[in-house]
Amino acid sequence: MNIDYSEKIPNNVNLAANRTLQRALEHWQPEFLQWWGEVGPEGTRNVDVYLRTAVSAEPKGWANFGYVKMQDYRWGIFLAPAEAGRQVNFGVHKGEPAWQEVPGEYRSNLRRLIVTQGDTEPASVEQQQHLGLTCPSLYDLRNLIQVNVEEGRHLWAMVYLLHAHFGRDGREEAEALLQRRSGDADNPRILGAFNEPTPDWLSFFMFTFFTDRDGKYQLCSLAESGFDPLARTCRFMLTEEAHHMFVGESGVGRVVQRSCEAMVANRTDDPAKLRALGVIDLPTIQRYLNLHFSVTMDLFGSDVSSNAATFYATGLKGRFDETKIGDDHQLNGAMYPVLEVRDGRLVTAEAPALNALNEKLRDDYIRDATAGIDRWNKIIEKQGLPQRLKAPHKAFHRRIGPLAAANIDPDGNVVSAAEWAANVSRWLPSETDRAFVASLMGRVVETGRYANWIAPPARGVDNQSVDFEYVRFN
Amino acid sequence: MSDPALAAFEVIRQHLIDPEICIRCNTCEETCPVDAITHDARNYVVDPAKCNSCNACIAPCPTGSIDNWRRVDKRKAYSTDEQFGWDSLPPQHEMDAGVVPDLPIDVARITAEATSGQGGAAVPPWSAAHPYTNIYTVQKPAVATVSGNFRLTADGASSDIRHLVLDFGGAAFPVLEGQTIGVIPPGLDATGRPHHVRLYSVASPREGERPRYNNLALTIKRVTEDHQRNPVAGVASNYLCDLAKGAEVNVVGPYGTTFLIPNHPASSLLMVCTGTGSAPMRAMTERRRRRIALNEGGGLMLFFGARTPDELPYFGPLQKLPKEFIDINFAFSRAPGEPKRYVQDRIRERGADVVRFLDDQDCYVYICGLKDMEHGVDQAFRDACRAHGADWDQLLPELRSQGRYHVETY
Repeated sequence: MNIDYSEKIPNNVNLAANRTLQRALEHWQPEFLQWWGEVGPEGTRNVDVYLRTAVSAEPKGWANFGYVKMQDYRWGIFLAPAEAGRQVNFGVHKGEPAWQEVPGEYRSNLRRLIVTQGDTEPASVEQQQHLGLTCPSLYDLRNLIQVNVEEGRHLWAMVYLLHAHFGRDGREEAEALLQRRSGDADNPRILGAFNEPTPDWLSFFMFTFFTDRDGKYQLCSLAESGFDPLARTCRFMLTEEAHHMFVGESGVGRVVQRSCEAMVANRTDDPAKLRALGVIDLPTIQRYLNLHFSVTMDLFGSDVSSNAATFYATGLKGRFDETKIGDDHQLNGAMYPVLEVRDGRLVTAEAPALNALNEKLRDDYIRDATAGIDRWNKIIEKQGLPQRLKAPHKAFHRRIGPLAAANIDPDGNVVSAAEWAANVSRWLPSETDRAFVASLMGRVVETGRYANWIAPPARGVDNQSVDFEYVRFN
Repeated sequence: MSDPALAAFEVIRQHLIDPEICIRCNTCEETCPVDAITHDARNYVVDPAKCNSCNACIAPCPTGSIDNWRRVDKRKAYSTDEQFGWDSLPPQHEMDAGVVPDLPIDVARITAEATSGQGGAAVPPWSAAHPYTNIYTVQKPAVATVSGNFRLTADGASSDIRHLVLDFGGAAFPVLEGQTIGVIPPGLDATGRPHHVRLYSVASPREGERPRYNNLALTIKRVTEDHQRNPVAGVASNYLCDLAKGAEVNVVGPYGTTFLIPNHPASSLLMVCTGTGSAPMRAMTERRRRRIALNEGGGLMLFFGARTPDELPYFGPLQKLPKEFIDINFAFSRAPGEPKRYVQDRIRERGADVVRFLDDQDCYVYICGLKDMEHGVDQAFRDACRAHGADWDQLLPELRSQGRYHVETY
């Protein structure tokens, strides 16, 4: 089904057939636009951006490239095509037809899942609000705006579910999604990582690589949901989420590339010398990596969680690649290893797999993220340098779950509070690191130019050259 | 097709994913309608046995890593197991038969069709100069200026064939006789996409139409009907035929690494063409004409077909060439008051001389024109050989393997 962009709210859900829903969303739309105007990417109202827009949810229609006037940008509602005869694939309802309406008994849990997911979308737009003012190139500015409009669309996707399936409660939650603000002392976003600032582009790339990857894993789990509208919504969101991780992976990769080039050209790995050359030294990149990795670890929730067990058992939220796993899809009697601190050491304990689903998803995520870090190492290796980046231990710098009580170093050793305090500036970005990175953030908007601290990409967007005019200022 | 090795040789454009750019997001695997894409813990790969080049995966890929192609011998396509082990893409290998750079998809498709008559990719003559190829791409074309546009056919003739001279100003655009260039008509096609690239053989020798000026000539026939005689206005040919002096044209290329002339003294050329297939023959003949004074030896024999003398491009200048320089044989299929004659008839008539050329180790054969002529010319060579004590089935594979047999038909 094609998406008609002449409609007030472009959609492929036949919105016109449900006047009540359409009116409710049309009421929410100006509030959304006002929110975007307040906290959306700064200074982009009058630009034309070379964006990817979906014209249908079929593969051929996902990716339509062309200049879009930001002030005319229209967010819409797209669900992946329905799968005929789809069933609930896990939990106690396994084998029943997938639900097209919310089962009454799971209403509040489903709403909570949708609100939690939905809250992250506007949050990251808010976190990235000022980055356009310090973009390292038009190419990167374009990617930032693409990420932002898609986060906005993901908010629409969740709000559609709230409006369409949760009545007045849903409408109130949709309003609240526009009222919370990232980092606000009184009315913050729900999850911790989404209240951290994203003050510079290195943080942005780390965020899109690590934190948006959490989004991918959460969406993959929700795309398995027995509640079919949620599954279809998330499946389509995943096609867009992939771009965010690309921005992160290639962004950090290009920073690493540039730093390595400077190391080779100047035969030095001295951070002070490299900083004087205007590039970011690898130890600083490692500290940013440690921070974003650990903050993202917390997003998966408590290691042993009865909520996670309930969401799974009741068919609301599956595992990553649920239908590709060859087990009973009910986890009867299965166990899963989780970490705990015993006698001053990290040890592995067995927990019921049903309760350890957060930990399982975290482990799936770590495998994926580690493979990406290895690809950054290939860039270093190619320059003939011995340094390597490394994912910290999953227990490092945790703030949620039982491990939050301990101090654990990047190698997984439990350390004292004094040791932590003495070494934390080696493990996590210090104020000096942040000030240095901030000092590099000058705005580059000349067509084809890239800031000194980052290499140009290997390929442009949509096969355009890297010096294409991705953003036009009017 | 008597040589099994040549018959089995087929060049494919193998679809590959760049492991250095890919972020393993699974979008392509999710998208592929024929399940040709799969992955392991390390890489996403395309199964050459399943991929049908439908391109459904290209646009959704967030990275561009999906849009990589290597021209390979089909029998040596990279297996999925090989691809799983890669950290980076392999370079484009020069294939056993012929050097084929990574061409734009249009150019690759047209070239594959045009050269199918010679049994797949050919090798160039051993003494051919090294060609430059693919210097200008669709993304970055050269801009040429029209410095002349002359009608070659008589005013009353039913076809409008033109001699177009393009000047490249300060841009390097080195070509050899037999190479082609691509022209991108301006604007969009009916589906709103940019027009496909059209290929044209260069009709002037390597020094240019006017020596020491940075120019080249093309022979363009205004297309007013398709191969089935249905009325249709050719987008590119009409665009080019109507260009005024001073107009600018976007040009890509050059292309072609095998349909080239030998450079060694005493080498001979046996040329068979119809209509605008004469363009490369004109380039080759003109190259040799300008070197007459060097007395390098070697003969030129030309079979040239058209409907009537009026429709034969370069008819006048050709007739002025000395007989001892070039042996010209015209064939007119619609000349008033004369029986229909085709190039294959003339080849049979001149069978003895044709076989003398074919038997000469220093003779190189060039065929260019409409697809229909391929089979007829092959039969005529076979008949000439039979009549004069040679064996075409034995000769043809030799000619091919020695880079002495070149076909470009459309």
